[in-house]
Amino acid sequence: MNMKKIIRQYIMENLLFTEDESVLQDSDSFLDGGIIDSTGVMEIILFIEETFGIKINDSEMLPANLDSVDKLADFIQRKQAQAVAA
Amino acid sequence: MCGINGIAALSVQTKVSEQDVRSMLPPLYHRGPDGGGVYLDPGQRVGLGHTRLSIIDLAGGAQPMHNEDKTVWVTFNGEIFNYVELRKTLLKEGHRFHTHSDTEVIVHAYEQYGDDFAQHLNGQFAIALWDDSRQRLLLVRDRVGILPLFYTSQGDRLLFASEIKALLPQLSEAPRISPTALDQIFTFWAARSPNTLFEDIFEVSPGHMLVLENGRLRESIYWDWHFPEQGDYHQGSDSDLAEQLYAILADATSIRLRADVPVGAYLSGGLDSSALVALIRRHSNAPLRTFSIGFEEQSLDESVFQKQMIEHLGVENNRIFCQNRDIAENFPATIFHAETAILRTAPTPMRELSGLVRASGYKVVLTGEGADEVLGGYDLFKEAKIRQFWARHPQSEWRPLLLKALYPYLETSGAQAKTYLHNYYSIGLDKPDQPGFSHLTRWFTTSQCKIFFSQELNARLSENAVDRLTEQLPAAFNHWHSFNRAQYLEAKTLMGDYLLCSQGDRMLMANSVEGRFPFLDHRVIEFANRMNPRLKMRALNEKYLFKRAMKDQLPRQILERHKQPYRAPDIPGFFSAHPPAYVDDLLSEEKLKRYGYFDAQKVGFLLKKARRGNSIAYKDNMALVGVLSTQLCHYFFIEQFSQTARETGASYPSLTSQ
Repeated sequence: MNMKKIIRQYIMENLLFTEDESVLQDSDSFLDGGIIDSTGVMEIILFIEETFGIKINDSEMLPANLDSVDKLADFIQRKQAQAVAA
Repeated sequence: MCGINGIAALSVQTKVSEQDVRSMLPPLYHRGPDGGGVYLDPGQRVGLGHTRLSIIDLAGGAQPMHNEDKTVWVTFNGEIFNYVELRKTLLKEGHRFHTHSDTEVIVHAYEQYGDDFAQHLNGQFAIALWDDSRQRLLLVRDRVGILPLFYTSQGDRLLFASEIKALLPQLSEAPRISPTALDQIFTFWAARSPNTLFEDIFEVSPGHMLVLENGRLRESIYWDWHFPEQGDYHQGSDSDLAEQLYAILADATSIRLRADVPVGAYLSGGLDSSALVALIRRHSNAPLRTFSIGFEEQSLDESVFQKQMIEHLGVENNRIFCQNRDIAENFPATIFHAETAILRTAPTPMRELSGLVRASGYKVVLTGEGADEVLGGYDLFKEAKIRQFWARHPQSEWRPLLLKALYPYLETSGAQAKTYLHNYYSIGLDKPDQPGFSHLTRWFTTSQCKIFFSQELNARLSENAVDRLTEQLPAAFNHWHSFNRAQYLEAKTLMGDYLLCSQGDRMLMANSVEGRFPFLDHRVIEFANRMNPRLKMRALNEKYLFKRAMKDQLPRQILERHKQPYRAPDIPGFFSAHPPAYVDDLLSEEKLKRYGYFDAQKVGFLLKKARRGNSIAYKDNMALVGVLSTQLCHYFFIEQFSQTARETGASYPSLTSQ
């Protein structure tokens, strides 16, 4: 399964409690849509750290990294690439 | 305390049968295990029933009770704390008393003052009074809603009782759960008075009186929370006012120690219960037994503070220890007694606690309930104050950071966290004068639980719960200080509709224990309502004047303690161990679909998450407890209607029979 799909499925089942794909586009802002609140973001971070084997630092907790499925996927790929490079 | 019930004819042809009135008594036996009685008027226009818990005048207090010539009859649940003084006044006016019970003053007070009699009562009460000469029935409830009184009409008859379950034997079919009530519960935590969870079943609202005369019901308000126009507050120095407040609190406590049985007190370890125990200690010589709850869940446990007060005051203490799994085991009984859906499990340990009180041989406890509402203690009031302050300069970066003083766990370091803080707490910031401003964050968070509503339920909802509430506020509301507006909303929604009933009376009465609440003495409320709001919260120091009034009586650690709201484990209460069978059964796809209130797929996902132990959000916890309690209500009061209607006292249909 591709990364976006995994993230989207997690969010849909655990934060939106639905299988209806139409409620969340990969580019939708969590903040603007009011879809996900701050505890929701914490849950997503926990999930991502566990699933993709990365650790998110405080300084990386920025809307630019976390505020949509697209941004999350980009961010995770960058982190994974960094880890490999290191 | 006791249980009351009755039936009144709504048409000329209708006759009330004694047997029908008697059929309503058994479901109330837990409220009044010491005896029962029924009065039927000669014309069979009305029947009054009563189950009795003997506390004052153990020998002479049997009810229903009458006046000198048996033209006025009353069935009464509660206590009139000023009955000694009121009796003297009425004796001077020429009334003759047959007993020493507080019930009899109600009859004579009605003769003396007519419909204004309730204004002369200082107490907690639900009263049904029949005036035979004028052929009228009065249903009256105390000022703040300490004691319950429900009613419904069935054919040509008005049915009323202390609990909804006592109406059931006289209903021809099961009641229905009201979509509007569910919408209110999933917004305000409770159905708004006079609504109950059930369609066509209502409660007499706090401070209200219903009069049935010539087949017509008329409702009037004899008391309400009222605040002065801004500026019209008590004058005087802080120390004078603190002394005055102390004197009223001391008297409110003293008159609540009048009982012919020993009196205990709840001790949570917080400021209010600690202050109350100190007041009792100082104004009574009786040995004092206190009762406390400890929690397995460390974050909820206040044992350290409880021990401090127990040692400081040298009082006896008995305690229960609430383990997570106790919640799941005792939750069905909680709901059977509360007779409504709830979003928190916090009432469950309260029923265990009253069980301990009863087992220790006590029938009466005093508690600190109401102090936060009356004297200005809640975090929500602080939050509203900070949000008001922020609204004056919405661009400010640092004003919202004051919220961190209030909720230390708020993450404010990263840009992400800051943005969320702004987004969430800025709700309504553009209109800080709107009536519900103080409560918008809570109502908004709670309303998010409505995503679990089924399509059918959503289709039956027609109004916005918050809009409806604001339309019904008193005309003077907008002239009050914002702090007082927040207090009013809190008193009328959470306290009256939830804390005093689901978490209060019903959990106490499940074990035949009477609660008494000195902070809710109307003299305390009326005095506090005229206090300048800055004396309730000075900067962000809550209950300022109260602390000042109590400062010589309490250890500093208690006075300066950060406030901890009382909570019980919600989702962990059900899922930290394997949940009992009823949880899986009532939350199964089949039952969810059959009952029809919730979306089975969404609840299925929530359940999976809860089982994995991943539900940390408040709203997940509230949603799960709300869904499960609604399912339990449907099971007890609709699916098992016939059996529930036949049950007596605290027994209820088995959850494993299906």
